[in-house]
Amino acid sequence: MTRTLPLTGALAVAVLALWVHAQQPPPTTPPQPPPVPQQPRQPDEVVTTLTGEGGAPPRLAVPDFIPLTPDAETATIARTIGQVLWDDLNFEREYAFIPRDVYASIPRATSFADVPFDRWRELNADGLVVGTVQKTTGGIKVEMRLYNVRGRQMVYGKEYTGSGANPRLYAHKISDDIHESQRALHGVAQTRLTFTSDRDGERVTGTVEKRDVKEIYVSDYDGERQQRVTVGRTLNAFPRWSPDGRSIAYTSWRRGGANIFISNIYQATMEEVTKGNEESWLAAWSPDGARLCFASPREGKGHTNLYIINRDGSNLRKLTNHPSINTSPTWSPSGTQIAFSSDRTGPPKIYVIAADGVGQPQLITPSESYADKATWSPAPYNEIAYTAKTGPGNDIKVIDMATRQVRQLTFGEGTNESPAYAPNGRHLAFWSTRSGKKQIFTIARTGQDLRQITRTGNNEQPDWSRPPAER
Amino acid sequence: MKRTAMVLAASALMATIACHKNKPPVARPMPPPATGSGTGGATRPPAPPEPVREPTVVPPEPVRDDAISSASLDDLNRNSPLKPVFFELDSDELSPVAQKALDDNAALLKRYTTWAVTIEGHCDERGTPEYNLALGERRAVTARAYLVSLGIAADRLRTVSYGKEFPFDPGHAESAFAKNRRAHFVITAK
Repeated sequence: MTRTLPLTGALAVAVLALWVHAQQPPPTTPPQPPPVPQQPRQPDEVVTTLTGEGGAPPRLAVPDFIPLTPDAETATIARTIGQVLWDDLNFEREYAFIPRDVYASIPRATSFADVPFDRWRELNADGLVVGTVQKTTGGIKVEMRLYNVRGRQMVYGKEYTGSGANPRLYAHKISDDIHESQRALHGVAQTRLTFTSDRDGERVTGTVEKRDVKEIYVSDYDGERQQRVTVGRTLNAFPRWSPDGRSIAYTSWRRGGANIFISNIYQATMEEVTKGNEESWLAAWSPDGARLCFASPREGKGHTNLYIINRDGSNLRKLTNHPSINTSPTWSPSGTQIAFSSDRTGPPKIYVIAADGVGQPQLITPSESYADKATWSPAPYNEIAYTAKTGPGNDIKVIDMATRQVRQLTFGEGTNESPAYAPNGRHLAFWSTRSGKKQIFTIARTGQDLRQITRTGNNEQPDWSRPPAER
Repeated sequence: MKRTAMVLAASALMATIACHKNKPPVARPMPPPATGSGTGGATRPPAPPEPVREPTVVPPEPVRDDAISSASLDDLNRNSPLKPVFFELDSDELSPVAQKALDDNAALLKRYTTWAVTIEGHCDERGTPEYNLALGERRAVTARAYLVSLGIAADRLRTVSYGKEFPFDPGHAESAFAKNRRAHFVITAK
């Protein structure tokens, strides 16, 4: 039943990346290959779902996984998976959690056969995740079971095999699988962030003034595995994930004026979407990944308008046509509308226009004194988050597109800007100066669960991907 | 209050610039007096009387042709003879001071006809990074259009916006903001 990890596939990806690197010194360094899919085993049992008592969220315990191979490395992997899985599951707030610090009072299981259900039940656990880790030739095998503690029954289980190099990936996959099967929810544990950072302290080359380089970075959703993507020694900013999570479009000044570039981070290749002396900024992918909308002052009169272009740089089309600033585009999930900022009536506000350019743009933030960087939520939510001026600084606000009701997620601690939705719409990333320098944070769409993601240098303009598509 | 502070800061800035421009003429050493004991002999006619010189008008920022012509691009840009132009908050309008700076820049560009220049538009840290890209562009384009109106060929002047990404002064007060809302000139070819 168990399909083993296509390890050769993983090697092939690595080799390909190296080959491309050698052929064409790219401006990008390849991050690690995408998590190689661990092929799940179909559970034999009929999957049931865990429930709490009296309609309350199920109370879950996630102890460290059990090392079945008696060596230190396996023990470390088992512990890491359990702890990261606890964090991953907790992130979606679908379960109530029995705190980790009381787990020590429960005898540790040594296999699935000796799980002390009665003791977990004493802690009022409804559900219990038990997992094992075993060394195999060339990797590890991880088995996970979710038990109904009252019935002592397995309600869900899967087996994963692959490399032991990054145990966190197993936890992320397990978390997303549990949320999918138990809560019909797309978790975000396997998703990634991208942002721009000056942390390297490098200076732009070729200028007399001292100017700090900004480079594009990626990380896991929880801020782990932060890796640099660009090596432009210039300004690289406003990164946006492609819908398949495998490419990042960004604005780079590496050719002098700003242009739109795409970094295919798992192939270490680069594409130039716009070329030449016309400046182009702030690319936003269409939901199908085929086109990009961006802002450009290319008419040379000081106006900025929106354009749509195919990913390969063909079929350039002007979307807005107004003698003002029209910038910061974001597509609706259906691809039929684009929200953007315009200062056509004074300070910038958010407007919505049909993606085919037909009809007049509609003002949606009439009451804001200054609003920019709209980002349209994924379904099922139909809302737009944006940066709004609220005082000396800015805050993150969200407008419900059906009711036009506005709610505020941050409240004047430093400035708070550039919101970006998680692919399930339940969280946002943004940057804030609340802790000093500009740092990336995530927050639930309810305004709860603020988490700091970056801590080194200045980090801003985050974007949040779907899990990288498998190739 | 803020507005007052801004006006004050702007006035202070203008005063600084004005002072700079009204520097007294620099005294220049006179050539040594001609003596008869040079190369010539006694047959040489007496030297003509020294012509009375008009007092030299020293430009506010003395421009020495040879120094400018021989300087590398980096050296030129390090002490650029092209003056930056400053703007009010969220504005791309040219003040009289800004116009004067551009007039001077135009004179230099007419003198050094081979120079190509990139006009960089910059913003202060207020406002979002996204919107400021377009605002910086407006400033660069306004400065460019003014130079073109003075007869500088448009193809010598390229514009680029850096938004608020490269502040000249990293401070967080109006004094820094005033320096950062600027069009900055970079000589790219000579």
